[in-house]
Amino acid sequence: MYHWDFYVVFQSFDLFLWGIWATFLYTVGSILIGGIVGLAAAFARLSRFAPLRIAARTYQEVFRCTPLLVQILWAYYALPLLVGYTISNTTAGLLMLSFYVGSFYAEIFRGGINAVDKGQTEAALAVGMSGLQNMRHIVLPQAVKKMMPAFINQSVIQVKNTSLLYAISIPELTYMTAVVNSETYRPLESFTLAGVMYFALLFPLTQFADVLERRMRRSD
Amino acid sequence: MDTTIDPAISVRQLNKRFGALHVLKDIDLDVMPGEVLGIIGPSGSGKSTLIRCMNMLEAPSSGTLSFKGRPVGRRFRSAAGDIGTGELRRRVGMVFQHFNLFPHLTVLQNVTKGPVVVLKQSAAEAEATAMALLAEVGLESKRDEYPAHLSGGQKQRVAIARALAMKPDVLLLDEVTSALDPELVGEVLNVIRRLAENGMTMVLVTHEMAFAADTASRLIFMEAGRIAETGSPDEVLHNPKSERLRSFLSRFHA
Ligand SMILES: Nc1ncnc2c1ncn2[C@@H]1O[C@H](COP(=O)(O)OP(=O)(O)OP(=O)(O)O)[C@@H](O)[C@H]1O
Ligand SMILES: [Mg+2]
Repeated sequence: MYHWDFYVVFQSFDLFLWGIWATFLYTVGSILIGGIVGLAAAFARLSRFAPLRIAARTYQEVFRCTPLLVQILWAYYALPLLVGYTISNTTAGLLMLSFYVGSFYAEIFRGGINAVDKGQTEAALAVGMSGLQNMRHIVLPQAVKKMMPAFINQSVIQVKNTSLLYAISIPELTYMTAVVNSETYRPLESFTLAGVMYFALLFPLTQFADVLERRMRRSD
Repeated sequence: MDTTIDPAISVRQLNKRFGALHVLKDIDLDVMPGEVLGIIGPSGSGKSTLIRCMNMLEAPSSGTLSFKGRPVGRRFRSAAGDIGTGELRRRVGMVFQHFNLFPHLTVLQNVTKGPVVVLKQSAAEAEATAMALLAEVGLESKRDEYPAHLSGGQKQRVAIARALAMKPDVLLLDEVTSALDPELVGEVLNVIRRLAENGMTMVLVTHEMAFAADTASRLIFMEAGRIAETGSPDEVLHNPKSERLRSFLSRFHA
C-alpha cells in the first residue's frame, strides 16, 4: 500500500504558486493577443476582399490543423534558423499560444456575427447607420452574447494548453511540478496536486459557461 | 416640366437583377411629397425589391434614383452632386414585415438608438422625442420592456416609432401587417392611417386592399417586375384595365 506523504511536496508550495502565476500570465496574455488576432481574422473572413478572406482562412487552417506542441517547438527551435536570430522561449511560447487560440476564436467570432439575423443589419442601415456603427451598436452586442459559451470553453482549453510550454522550459505549473518532483522524488503527490490545481482553476469556469448557456437559451 | 416641387423620390429606368433573375424592369416612378403610394401585386412581382431600392438596401443594377431632385450615389457619404446612402436612409425611414427590432435594447432604446448614433442627439433630447412618439403609438408604458415581451402589433408600433424618430421625409412600409395575428392588424393600420392624415409621405406595399383603398392616394399594380397599372385606388381596384389585375383582385373579394 502506497504511503501518501504530501508534507515534502507542500514544502515546495511556493514553486507551485509561481507555476500557477506563470500559467495565469500566459493564459491571460495569449487570450488577449489571441482575441485581437481572432477578431481581425474573423473580420477578414467576413470581408468582401477575397485576398483578405483567403489569407485569414489559410492562417486559421494552418494553426487548427497542426498540433500546438509542434507549433511551439517549431517557433522555438526552427523559426530562429529561418529569421536569423534567437527567439526566447517566452516569446515563442506566448506567440504560438496566441495564434493557436486566435485561429479558434476567429471561428467562434465569425459564427457569432453570422448568427445575428440579417434583418438587424438592415434595420440599422435603414436608420442611416454606417457599417461600422451597425457592427458596434447592433451586431457585436448581440454576437458577443451568442458566442460567450463557446468563447469560455475555448479559453478553458487554453489554460490547459499552457502546460505544453513545459517542452520549452517555461516555468508554468506543469514545469514547476516536474521541478518539485525531481526535488522530492514524490511523483504521485506532485502530479496529483498539479491536477487538483488545474481542476480547481477550471471547474468554476466550465460551470459558469454552462450557466451562461442555459440562461441564454431561456432568454431566446 | 415647370413644376417647382421635386418628387420626394424619383425612380428612372430602374432595373434590378439577382444574377440571371431580372426582378425589376425599367421602372419609372415618382413619389410626390404628401402622397401615400400603395403598391400591390402578386408574390414575387418585385414589390419588396422596388421599395428596398428606394433606400438603397438593394443597389439597382441600372437606372437612377433621386431624392428631392438630388441623384443618389453608391457611397455612404454624400458628395458634391450626389446624396450618399447614409443621408438617404436618414431621411427615408423603413418599417419591415418582421419588425427587426433590436432585441438587446429596450423599447425606448430601440427608438433613441438611431437619433443618438446617427444624428448625434443628446440622450435627453432623443428620449424626449422617443417618449412623444411612443405616446402617439400608445406604448409609453412599455418603454423599459424588451421586444421579446411585446405582442406583434406592439412590436410593429415600436418599429414605426423607431423610424419616425429620425424625422424622415418619406416612410417605406413593406407589408407591415402580414406577420401579425388578424386581431392585431387594426392597431397598426390605425397608426399608419393617422400618419397619412398628418401628411406623411409614404410608400406602402400591402395586401390589405380595403386599407389601401381608403388610405392610399395612388396605387400601382406590379406584375413580373413591371408597373402594370397605376391610378387612384378607385380606378385600380374597381376598374382594372388588365385581365391580370382583375384576376389578382378577384382573389381578395371573398
Ligand atoms: N436577395 C435576393 N437574391 C435573389 N433573388 C431575390 C432576392 N430578393 C428577391 N429575390 C427574388 O426576386 C423576386 C422578387 O422578389 P420580391 O421580394 O421583390 O417580391 P414581392 O413582390 O415582394 O413578393 P412577396 O409578395 O412574396 O413579398 C422573387 O423571385 C425573389 O425570389
Ligand atoms: Mg415582399
